[in-house]
Amino acid sequence: MARVVLENLRKTYPNGFKAIHGVDVEIGEGEFLVLVGPSGCGKSTLLRMIAGLESVTEGVITIGERIVNDLEPSERDIAMVFQNYALYPHMTVYKNMAYGLKIMGLPKAEIDERVKKAAAILELTDEQLTRKPRQLSGGQRQRVAMGRAIVREPSVFLFDEPLSNLDAKLRVQMRLEIKGLQANLGITSVYVTHDQVEAMTLGHRLMVLNAGVVEQLGTPIELYERPASLFVAGFIGSPSMNFAEAKIDQEGRTVKISGQAALPLGNGGMPDHAGRDVILGVRPEHLELAKDTTDAVPLTAAIIEHLGADTLVHGHFGESKSNLTVRLDGTQYVNPGDILPIRVSPDHLHIFDPKSEKRL
Amino acid sequence: MLKKVHFGSSVLPFLLVTPQIIVTLVFFIWPAGQALYQSLLVQDAFGLKTEFVWFDNFKALFQSAQYWDTFERTVVFSSAVAVISMSFALMLAVMADRIIKGSGVYRTLLIWPYAVAPVTAGALWVFMFNPTLGILTYALSVLGYDWNHNINGGQAMALVVMASAWKQIAYNFLFFLAGLQSIPKSLIEAAAIDGAGPSRRFWDIIFPLLSPTTFFLLVVNIVYAFFETFGIIHVVTAGGPASATTILVYKVFNDGFVGLDLGGSAAQSVILMIIVISLTVIQFKYVEKKVSY
Repeated sequence: MARVVLENLRKTYPNGFKAIHGVDVEIGEGEFLVLVGPSGCGKSTLLRMIAGLESVTEGVITIGERIVNDLEPSERDIAMVFQNYALYPHMTVYKNMAYGLKIMGLPKAEIDERVKKAAAILELTDEQLTRKPRQLSGGQRQRVAMGRAIVREPSVFLFDEPLSNLDAKLRVQMRLEIKGLQANLGITSVYVTHDQVEAMTLGHRLMVLNAGVVEQLGTPIELYERPASLFVAGFIGSPSMNFAEAKIDQEGRTVKISGQAALPLGNGGMPDHAGRDVILGVRPEHLELAKDTTDAVPLTAAIIEHLGADTLVHGHFGESKSNLTVRLDGTQYVNPGDILPIRVSPDHLHIFDPKSEKRL
Repeated sequence: MLKKVHFGSSVLPFLLVTPQIIVTLVFFIWPAGQALYQSLLVQDAFGLKTEFVWFDNFKALFQSAQYWDTFERTVVFSSAVAVISMSFALMLAVMADRIIKGSGVYRTLLIWPYAVAPVTAGALWVFMFNPTLGILTYALSVLGYDWNHNINGGQAMALVVMASAWKQIAYNFLFFLAGLQSIPKSLIEAAAIDGAGPSRRFWDIIFPLLSPTTFFLLVVNIVYAFFETFGIIHVVTAGGPASATTILVYKVFNDGFVGLDLGGSAAQSVILMIIVISLTVIQFKYVEKKVSY
């Protein structure tokens, strides 16, 4: 267990491409930090820099009490799980897990003990230990890759999209296993993913990266409830947040979507931004059917998706062209073309500056 | 197993393969048949009388100590060529794999020797090691080593081995490089995190994963050393001195076209044919099996 501290970390590739533009974060002992972002945002690069597989252009990486910038990957007291598992194909599962320990120079008995222990945790049978990786299923390979990380008893676990090669069902199962494992072992972990559900469910804290810049760092609930930018708002949550161009009235009490009813702003309104053009964001689950039509905005339904537990209605407000999605509880029998009275709860409005794309 | 696509039968496919079949028949099957037939004949020195002797030519060969010497020499020669050219090629491929800048130039230059004809390659080495004029002979003499492959059998063997191995490095290099590049980078990184240094990574991870390539090249190199080195040997030593560099394929030529023992020579080429067929079978059978992951 160790703290991992990144200070002003930057990465510029030899061809001049700037992958990471200054990342600062302190990952506490036993914390599970998830790096999340679209592909190409630099999240894997950041992880590989912590692992020592990519050089650091600028800044300092500290693991435990040591600055590790110039240490070899093996000297950093880390273990990594790769996206394609990177199991040695010519070695048995047992040897795959024992390889690092053998190089550490541990006595045979201890190697055996550690491998057996990890196999027990991951529910790998003795028979499976004698197999080659190619004779295992995707989920089992994933377990072996985890086992290889566990036996090293490292201070930090690094995960590079470990679940993206698995099918949807297995992914959910392994996600729970990883979460349980990390909680039991209490090892500081950094986990890279592009899947926001994985990010929300696994991480104690999330770091949302976009084009090498940290958009927001916080707990899953913080990111969900108060996204700091349009990017985070659109990235976190599924189905993603609805956005519409809107204008705050002169008193700063309501926000008006182009030509539609004014929606009241909560918390005493936004007098500082009165009269301003803004982007209004509302999550599909915060739009609900109104009991009466007084405060409601009429939504013209276009496409309806039944998920059983929820019903997703895609449509638009009156003449407005911008599409939006409403998530209604349970099964609602709505037909395309129906006009539904929709109410927005004032506490769940997100207002963003259209230029800086930051939260107001 | 993929399902084969079937088209309605027509003349066109047969027409398209006809040229290849004709070439194969005229240049491969017919001569091979001739050799098989001739290996059962004995002809007198003037070519006036030919007698069918069944397997007498083969019996004579297997009883000849000289033939077994040649066999042994061929084994030594081809193993030396295969081992030397493959080790150098692997070394170069590992280095080329690490280069980032200018790798294109480096690779192109390394592939050049493959385009050189065997005879030209031989001539090149003869010039360098010429006992009186050769620049390397001179260099060796400065170091106090006397080089004359025209009278020293060991040196002659070393020279043909060097020339043959040199020419094959380019080919091996290409395959090793392709093999190295097909090893996922994450495996090497995983080994680095496991604490393996560069040489340990090579022997524990890279080399075993290259084994299908290595095995394939081993067979190809042995076949090369057995057959295609004829031109080099002919130019460099002509099998001499005192048969020190006469390998099986050279003996076929020497006995047949110089000694005019056509039956014996044909019998030798039949034996070579059997060797190359078995090597090919081994290759087809095991190369696919050896890819065990």
